[in-house]
Amino acid sequence: MFDVVVVGAGPAGLAAACRAAESGARVALVDDNPVAGGQIWRAGGGRPAGPAAAWIRRAERNGVEWLAGARVFAVPEPGKLTIEQFAGDRELGYEKLILATGARERFLPFPGWTLPNVMGAGGLQALAKSGLDVAGKPVVVAGSGPLLLAVAKYLRARGARVLLIAEQADQAALLRFGVGLVAYPGKLAQAVQLRAGLFGIPYLTGCWPVEARGPEKLESVMLRRGRKTWTERCDYLACGFGLAPNLELAALLGCRMSATGVAVDELQQTSVAGVYSAGEATGIGGLDLALTEGEIAGFAAAGKTREARARFGARERHRRFAGGLERAFALREELKHLAQDDTLLCRCEDVPLGRVRGCMGWREAKLHTRCGMGPCQGRVCGGAVEFLLGWKAESVRPPVFPARIGSLSRD
Amino acid sequence: MGESFDVAIAGGGIVGAACAEECRAAGLKVVVVEPGPVGGGATAAGMGHIVVMDDSPAQIALTRCSRDLWLARRNSLPANVEYLPCGTLWVAADQEELAEVHRKKALYDGIGVRAEVLDARSLAEAEPHLRSGLAGALLVPDDSVVYPPCAARHMLRDIEVRREAAVQLSGQGIRLRDGTFLAAGITVNATGAWAPELTPGIEVRKRKGHLAITDRYPGFVTHVLVELGYLKSAHSTTADSVAFNAQPRRTGQVLLGSSRQFGSETAAIESHMLARMLRRVREYMPEISELTAIRTWTGFRAATPDKLPLIGPVPADPRLYLATGHEGLGITTSLATGRLVADLIVGRTPVIPAEPYLPGRQAEAHHEG
Amino acid sequence: MKVSVNGREVTVAAGSMVSTAVAAAGVSLYRRSVTGEPRGPVCGMGICFECRVRIDGREHCRSCQIPCVDGMEVRTDV
Repeated sequence: MFDVVVVGAGPAGLAAACRAAESGARVALVDDNPVAGGQIWRAGGGRPAGPAAAWIRRAERNGVEWLAGARVFAVPEPGKLTIEQFAGDRELGYEKLILATGARERFLPFPGWTLPNVMGAGGLQALAKSGLDVAGKPVVVAGSGPLLLAVAKYLRARGARVLLIAEQADQAALLRFGVGLVAYPGKLAQAVQLRAGLFGIPYLTGCWPVEARGPEKLESVMLRRGRKTWTERCDYLACGFGLAPNLELAALLGCRMSATGVAVDELQQTSVAGVYSAGEATGIGGLDLALTEGEIAGFAAAGKTREARARFGARERHRRFAGGLERAFALREELKHLAQDDTLLCRCEDVPLGRVRGCMGWREAKLHTRCGMGPCQGRVCGGAVEFLLGWKAESVRPPVFPARIGSLSRD
Repeated sequence: MGESFDVAIAGGGIVGAACAEECRAAGLKVVVVEPGPVGGGATAAGMGHIVVMDDSPAQIALTRCSRDLWLARRNSLPANVEYLPCGTLWVAADQEELAEVHRKKALYDGIGVRAEVLDARSLAEAEPHLRSGLAGALLVPDDSVVYPPCAARHMLRDIEVRREAAVQLSGQGIRLRDGTFLAAGITVNATGAWAPELTPGIEVRKRKGHLAITDRYPGFVTHVLVELGYLKSAHSTTADSVAFNAQPRRTGQVLLGSSRQFGSETAAIESHMLARMLRRVREYMPEISELTAIRTWTGFRAATPDKLPLIGPVPADPRLYLATGHEGLGITTSLATGRLVADLIVGRTPVIPAEPYLPGRQAEAHHEG
Repeated sequence: MKVSVNGREVTVAAGSMVSTAVAAAGVSLYRRSVTGEPRGPVCGMGICFECRVRIDGREHCRSCQIPCVDGMEVRTDV
């Protein structure tokens, strides 16, 4: 039995776990990944690096129990989670729960997007961090959002030939965001640093991929910018259209949702008493906001309301920055027309968009076409369906992640 | 003013769909009222097992006639109906259940349903993932599996479906939530476990079930496997029960059941029931533990006191028909139900005697009792 | 650390994910989709299930989330 269980060991989860443990709570930290740090601090070689390492040491010093490679798949009753690891399953009892489940990339279908070596932007970065050799490989980075810059910079540092960055947002929207940056000197410094790291890589705004080509794997990508279309030969296309919060576990617990993610009060508590949420799960807001929300949630869950309140000001500043980001990188209408009727929408069950388009809603699409019925449980096609067809994900049932029959049938 | 139909059917599940298809084939003008996806209720929740059952003579007649109708159309079903002619294996755990296998075999022989007794070794060869030490099984090779929502959709391919809720229903027609009245010569209540909401007083109760489905493991199971103990648990009308039921799907997935509960009206997964059901599956197939489940769900069977469906006109309102109460056999028995409804409406000789299923039987039985 | 990918031995650094070993073996096809299309990793973080391979006989393992173990047998051609 734990005072606090934190789900997700990215920045928000690490900060929450540390703050709760430092406040005297008995804390467990659970993450699907083998190494803590989340996506942003993902490191190679199976060992955490940089800021993640410092946070993890701090968590260890304070007695946080670290459960790696562990997926929460069900909540059999309030106060209990069931988790599955490679070796087996177990139950975790909690008084307070902090959901720091982070975000995933949003993928949009376009012809050829299912070819091997067409990946998410964060996806290719994650694979490179876990050892994929990109040295000398021509890569196109595409999609939307600040992540593209970080990915391009990282891939280049690993020796990849980054041909260009295609950002779907318009220059004008980005300039407005850039102007807004002046109010946040720290962010500006980051942006300049990124630009320096990217020197020489064309950053094409108002540009997006329209088709990926290759017989058995990617060989080239066709891009569009204004009226111009052209083809770039490349080994990898790293393409993600922003981030979307991971909401499945919160939905299973019955937490109310806001327009941006899990709805929380000023202490990061959700609509379910004793269940808190922090970081990208409450809305895409970036590293600084995630850390601050995590600290607030950790303090609040451990009953240290005063310490939590002391961070409200910082959180407010970070939230304003996040709002600017969202407006600058809003997805353009043209992206809704990339996928053709025969373009696959559901990659698990190979369901083309045309078959889904005729349905009344998500449930009918699932029942009649199998869209979203595969092992990813709609995590990939769900974001695309919402953007293309306007259907929100419906009710969530256990297992919120595929789980062994053995785990689902524990006594 | 509304519109006028020969037959208006409330409920776009597989039973309503089969009624609609048969009525249309009989030359009638038909409309189906369904606010949700076609085949989205108990039809979507069911296993899709096409099976001959021998609980009572009336059940044998209905399931057998239905299975014949499924067999007759198996070659014209579209691919998304996922028809799989896999047969059923009634698994006997011990000698007592093996005696039941032989009894069942004799009965099936008597009614011309192909069946074959497998000894322990043949059973192990037929399904290597079953645990050792089982006594044997009865193989019913002509049973099969379909994917019910697409079967229902296929039956409704040429039929008008109104995407609106029915709020009132009588022999005159159906009133929709938006106020529209669909006038009809005959109205059919085919809303499954929800039928009493539109036709108060009929004895149909919700009997909840849980199911789970795995990722794709082609060949892990090749027949529908049902424990013979199923008879004991399925027939208990009071206690919550589980029974081993594993089914191969065309996709290579394995569908796992089953559970039965009265009195639970929430659609939510109940972890203890799901776990209990899956433990029962594991007792028969220990290696299933390592397979990954990707989805679980629940549904509500429409259960009647005598375990037979209600098919035909309501005594008090002969233009109002019922087609509900199919419990766990609606996918199989949808076809004979549709045929019977059409037979009764147009005055043909019924495909099988209709009396055991007529709604009036409940009142009569009470009088006799 | 040595891992076998489709019968071919590859050497990977300790802590590498199985997905890395597959790529290091020159394999871009991690699985065939349900209609037979070639597929490889997309998300790199365990949510897309496109990088599934068979590891030591166990089906549907997400190669991007599982660290290599010396002597592991990985198959993508099944």
